[in-house]
Amino acid sequence: MISYLDFEKPLAELDSRITDLRTTAGESGDVDISSELARLEGKSAEMLGTLYAGLTPWQKTQVARHPQRPHFRDYLSHAFQDWVPLGGDRLYGNDQAIMGGLATLGGRRVMLIGHEKGHDTQTRIRHNFGMGKPEGYRKAIRLMEMAGRFGLPVVTLVDTSGAFPGIEAEERGQAEAIARSTEACLALPTPLVAAIVGEGGSGGAVALASASRVLMFEHAVYSVISPEGCASILWRTAEKAPQAAEAMRMTAQDLAELGVIDRIVPEPRGGAQRDARGAALALADAIGEELDLLGEVPPADLRRQREDRFLAMGMGVTPPAKPAKKGKR
Amino acid sequence: MSWISRVRNSLPFAPRRDTPDNLWVKCPGCNEMLFTREYEANLYVCPKCDHHGRIGADTRLAQLLDPGFHLLPDPSVADDPLKFRDTKRYPDRLKQARASNAHCDAFTAATGAIEGRRTIVGVQDFMFMAGSMGQAVGQAFCNGAEAALREGVPYIVVTAAGGARMQEGILSLMQMPRATVMTRRLREAGLPYIVVLADPTTGGVTASYAMLGDIHISEPNALIGFAGQRVIQETIREQLPPGFQRAEYLLEHGMIDMVLHRRDLKPTLAKLLDYLSPAKVA
Repeated sequence: MISYLDFEKPLAELDSRITDLRTTAGESGDVDISSELARLEGKSAEMLGTLYAGLTPWQKTQVARHPQRPHFRDYLSHAFQDWVPLGGDRLYGNDQAIMGGLATLGGRRVMLIGHEKGHDTQTRIRHNFGMGKPEGYRKAIRLMEMAGRFGLPVVTLVDTSGAFPGIEAEERGQAEAIARSTEACLALPTPLVAAIVGEGGSGGAVALASASRVLMFEHAVYSVISPEGCASILWRTAEKAPQAAEAMRMTAQDLAELGVIDRIVPEPRGGAQRDARGAALALADAIGEELDLLGEVPPADLRRQREDRFLAMGMGVTPPAKPAKKGKR
Repeated sequence: MSWISRVRNSLPFAPRRDTPDNLWVKCPGCNEMLFTREYEANLYVCPKCDHHGRIGADTRLAQLLDPGFHLLPDPSVADDPLKFRDTKRYPDRLKQARASNAHCDAFTAATGAIEGRRTIVGVQDFMFMAGSMGQAVGQAFCNGAEAALREGVPYIVVTAAGGARMQEGILSLMQMPRATVMTRRLREAGLPYIVVLADPTTGGVTASYAMLGDIHISEPNALIGFAGQRVIQETIREQLPPGFQRAEYLLEHGMIDMVLHRRDLKPTLAKLLDYLSPAKVA
């Protein structure tokens, strides 16, 4: 059973009518409701399509954070094979917010690294809600360096509200770990494809996303600070988060326009939370294609091209015309 | 900065300054009234309590470099790439910041010498929109590194920032990998890259070029960290330990090499350059 977001309320009502109708029909058994059911289901599907075609940046933020949105483990089980989890930074611990290991994607051997948020209270606590600690980023560094030595491409799945803000994280050098992880991405001698699958939250995201190619799900978001954080600093109230989300231009569509990401991966109708497997397969196809393209780049050029991608970023950006209104606001 | 400096700095014909004109200033550390000239002569360090005052780019450059240094040209980047507006338009905020500052953004680099040793020095100015890192800061950092690579000299950067320039959204975040490309190039070219962390250095600046130096030096009691203290407190709902995220705390936890009084900064940098510099020039 999917949990509906606030803006999905009309849809929730319609769907509950459909469920009621089915139950009633099941009980009485003699009334033919199939045509009415088909009509309502068609309407529901259409409503879902329209709703998701016109999501505002703030609505997309909620979709990206949806409690049922697929995470690392889901993508892993639907789209990757032969998983060998690897753990630990060899310095302090084994962070569960950042997972990593060897995996195969449609016959391609890769090092897979990504944030895991967890899917229920227990796993969310275990994975610290996807907020990495220094040992998590240092694990990522270790795995990237190993991948580089053994000629393995790296795939990262980014999904974090941000790196963990806590005393012990600061004590152990959160900033340094993030900086070094960003550096490890940039220095990797093999292809690196990053996919922002949910939330791309600030430094905690960029530390895994400084890639040759950056993909992003249709309803994912990627920003320098959360809309709530931005609003509470600039507007002095977190209630202005919807405005902040709009102003920061944090949707996949905005970021493609700004040249920050390379490719938008379409999600199943109504968002990845409605079809984890469909989302995972679409993602796997897109990542596979990018890996194949990067496989044709001479290894000596890979690093330079990745560096140049970032050095050129934003340099050609002229202030864009006020974007045309997209769907319902 | 007093209203009179603000007015004077906004006049097109008057030279801009980043230091106060008042005869007396109050030390932000101990509230003692200090004679401005004395404070200035003491490098803006309180003679009573050793509080290290925040200083602008020109003052810092003059303190570190021998006379006769040259500023590198300002980077050319789009001022308002996102057409950002919060309670104010971003161009208006920029205009306001520029009216009270000698420079057009928060990072200024210069080529010069430290006690005769050629180097590039980049300085981040907290007084310009909290030193926040947007495209102008990122590009000025990169230009400084580029100049060091070109001239084959060390790169010294004094950081001070509240974090990213939110008004530039994702493009401010992208300055983290951009700067990191350059620190790596310096390392591969065998050029020393030294970071001086001034109060405060937080957020994306700390999590990129401020923590990638060969040597990290901090000024006493400087606030240095990744996450803001309010955010941490709201997340963990615990009291923060005394001295948390201060320079001495970072020294104890192995994140920096030394905490130096401002008066010792220049001679120490000179000594470090002697040890590390590949291209010593008398």
